[in-house]
Amino acid sequence: MATVLEMTGVVKRFGNVTALDGLDLTVTAGEVHGFLGPNGAGKSTTLRLALGMLRADAGSIRVLGLDPWRDVATLHRRLAYVPGDVALWPNLTGGEVIDLLGRLQGGQDAARRDRLLEIFDLDPTKKTRTYSKGNRQKVALIAALATDAELFLLDEPTSGLDPLMEDAFRGCVRELRDQGRAVLLSSHILSEAEALSDRVSIIRAGRVVESGPLEQLRHLTRTSVTADVASVPPGLELLPGVHDVVVADHRVSAQVEPSGLAALMQALTVAGLHGLTSRPPTLEDLFLRHYGAPTGEASTTAAASSKGRPDDA
Amino acid sequence: MRETLAGTGTLVRLGLRRDRWLLPLWILGFALTTGSTATAGANLFPDVGSRIEAANTINATASLVAMFGRVYDPASLGALSLIKYTAFMAAVLAVLMVFVTIRHTRTDEETGRLELLSGGRLGRDAPLAAALLITFGASLALGLLAAAALAAGGLPAAGSLAFGLGWAATGMAFGAVAGVTAQLTTSSRAAIGLGAVVIAVTYALRAVGDLAEPGPSALSWLSPIGWNQQVRAFAGDRWWVLLLPLALCTVLVPVAFSLRAHRDLGAGLREERPGPGRGALAGVWDLAVRLQDRILVAWAVAFVLFGVVIGSLASNATDLLSSPSAQDLIAKLGGAQALNDAFLAAEISIMGILGAAYALAAVNHLRSEEIAGHTEALLGTATTRARWATSHYAAALAGVTLLMLLAGLSIGAGAAVALHDSTQIGRVTLAALAQAPASWVITSVVLAVFGWAPRLTAAVWGLLVAFIALGEFGVLWNAPQWLMDLSPFRHSPLLPVGSGGIAALVALTATAAMIAALGYLGWRRRDLSA
Repeated sequence: MATVLEMTGVVKRFGNVTALDGLDLTVTAGEVHGFLGPNGAGKSTTLRLALGMLRADAGSIRVLGLDPWRDVATLHRRLAYVPGDVALWPNLTGGEVIDLLGRLQGGQDAARRDRLLEIFDLDPTKKTRTYSKGNRQKVALIAALATDAELFLLDEPTSGLDPLMEDAFRGCVRELRDQGRAVLLSSHILSEAEALSDRVSIIRAGRVVESGPLEQLRHLTRTSVTADVASVPPGLELLPGVHDVVVADHRVSAQVEPSGLAALMQALTVAGLHGLTSRPPTLEDLFLRHYGAPTGEASTTAAASSKGRPDDA
Repeated sequence: MRETLAGTGTLVRLGLRRDRWLLPLWILGFALTTGSTATAGANLFPDVGSRIEAANTINATASLVAMFGRVYDPASLGALSLIKYTAFMAAVLAVLMVFVTIRHTRTDEETGRLELLSGGRLGRDAPLAAALLITFGASLALGLLAAAALAAGGLPAAGSLAFGLGWAATGMAFGAVAGVTAQLTTSSRAAIGLGAVVIAVTYALRAVGDLAEPGPSALSWLSPIGWNQQVRAFAGDRWWVLLLPLALCTVLVPVAFSLRAHRDLGAGLREERPGPGRGALAGVWDLAVRLQDRILVAWAVAFVLFGVVIGSLASNATDLLSSPSAQDLIAKLGGAQALNDAFLAAEISIMGILGAAYALAAVNHLRSEEIAGHTEALLGTATTRARWATSHYAAALAGVTLLMLLAGLSIGAGAAVALHDSTQIGRVTLAALAQAPASWVITSVVLAVFGWAPRLTAAVWGLLVAFIALGEFGVLWNAPQWLMDLSPFRHSPLLPVGSGGIAALVALTATAAMIAALGYLGWRRRDLSA
């Protein structure tokens, strides 16, 4: 598979804050690549570097074989971008903004644009000042999706969308993949990335800490199970694929790999199961379990314990 | 405290925190320039005879009366020295107070910051109340400091106080005006624009009123700026006139609160109407034009009206300016040398500076668009940085050039009619266009600062104010020559534009081009601000 985006050892500093600290990221043609990380991990900075809006302090970045800092216009003709914070001109209508962005992109498919307006149920005659957050998001999405780009860089594209619209968006992304286009989808919602992505990279504190096909990262998708039972059976923590067992009175909670679910359920059923909740772990849960406290918190705690927070000064 | 005013104190503190540089700098700037003028005036007009001669010349010169008003006591040093301060600087003060009021009302509402705060324990009327408290307080502080500076400069205490309170009351009146305009429009730019229109109209009213013989007609009494002149500080100190702006406040403030009570958060007077579902904007150039075309049209209308009025005053001026004392006075006030054209040249210079203010506002879109995140959306497309920056830079250059062309044509047409001389149109238009390159220089400075130190972009406004102050008062203040020569406006050729003028224009244009090139270099190399 051809590589459409390759970043190696990328470092980006803002003053004395290091936003990216040796980041490696590869996206290949025809894949939807989930780019996951908590707030402030460096997702948006990574995308802006790939767009040539920021200049890297070290490392190499190639996007569609081009240098995004030097070959901006040539490169941008072949990609589409949805910023994380969609800001629109308040006195233009949604339709005007979509058409303007489309033309600047080098042309958009008018029929496709109209179909997307319908799918996303957006009134293009309204001034963007009157749009809700979700509707502003739709404007940027439609402008991007109506183009013929080879690579789509989407920064938390579903923020503000309702579940129906999220579903419509997922349909559009699958369509893009079927056409052989590449999508880099940044998100802090694990389930969204799971639903769409072929491969996932996880960024934390400016570094990619996990990267690979979803199946390989299965160990990251343990289900969190909490059960109320008549009497807690002993030895649950010995079951294969069952981790972090906590027992309190008649309540058991545990983190379970998909392979361990059947055995655990059997044991719990035998023990007289009368209440059960299960949920996929959030990204934050994963960070907490795999890497200790998230770095942001760790550093603030450290600073607070020494001399008070620096930002209070 | 009334429920709707809850949180006013907190908002006042927030506002003062945000304005901790803006307000003190402006207040000090006004007070210091006023004080230094008092001292300088004493040196310029050492005896009563010289004062009476200068004052009589001003009162007999229609253009100066229209621009600055009359000296109501020819023997009074204060009244003569501060001739430019009672109307002209009062209008500048009014602009500042309109800006501050809108900044804390409609701007916060438009950006959604107020929505964030309104979730807390904040009454509906608190933002307007806080903004007015800040504006009124700043006006009072400014007026009292100016009074102190004048008294310290050796002028009579009573007159100094009357002058300072006149400024304070004028600032408060226009703060109240802005309190009303902030309720009418959804966009803060439009609210400031409406306030500016009110200032321009009141200024014009008193200009026409002051020209009536003898003394001011009823039109001057319709204008808050006219009231400030009619306080007649140092020339009778008519304290009761101060009641007029205060009465205006007591009318406008309740109107503003009542308008606020009858509308939703974020709404203006008019319902938002649907627009086209299809866009005709073909690129960043179209967008740049679209973002400022309405403002440019408003400026163009003002320029044409102002130009025709000024131009038609030409015959008056040329008759009256032939005495040696008048020539001397024009020189002392920082005007031009060539006697015949001095009046038109001086007015064209003022138009040139106003044009520069337009260009500065227009080119500041570079930074405001970047901060708003609009630039990020555009640079995500195939648009290059240079192309995007050029759209706003070139729109600003073209805008000011168009304004100067219109100014020239309208002043020229007015002068042609007044002087029965159709050749005036061509030469006046040329002279007006010759003012454009100086504003190209300061426009390019904005681009350069935007390229290298984007956070300081808006600070170029301070540079423009400094250039204006040096141009108006530099001679009075005995500023060193090199400092005054820094101002590009000083190098603009004056009417009539000769071959020496062409060389100056080439030099100004080349300077602008070099500064702009520097700006592009920085902009291409720096990170986009998130």
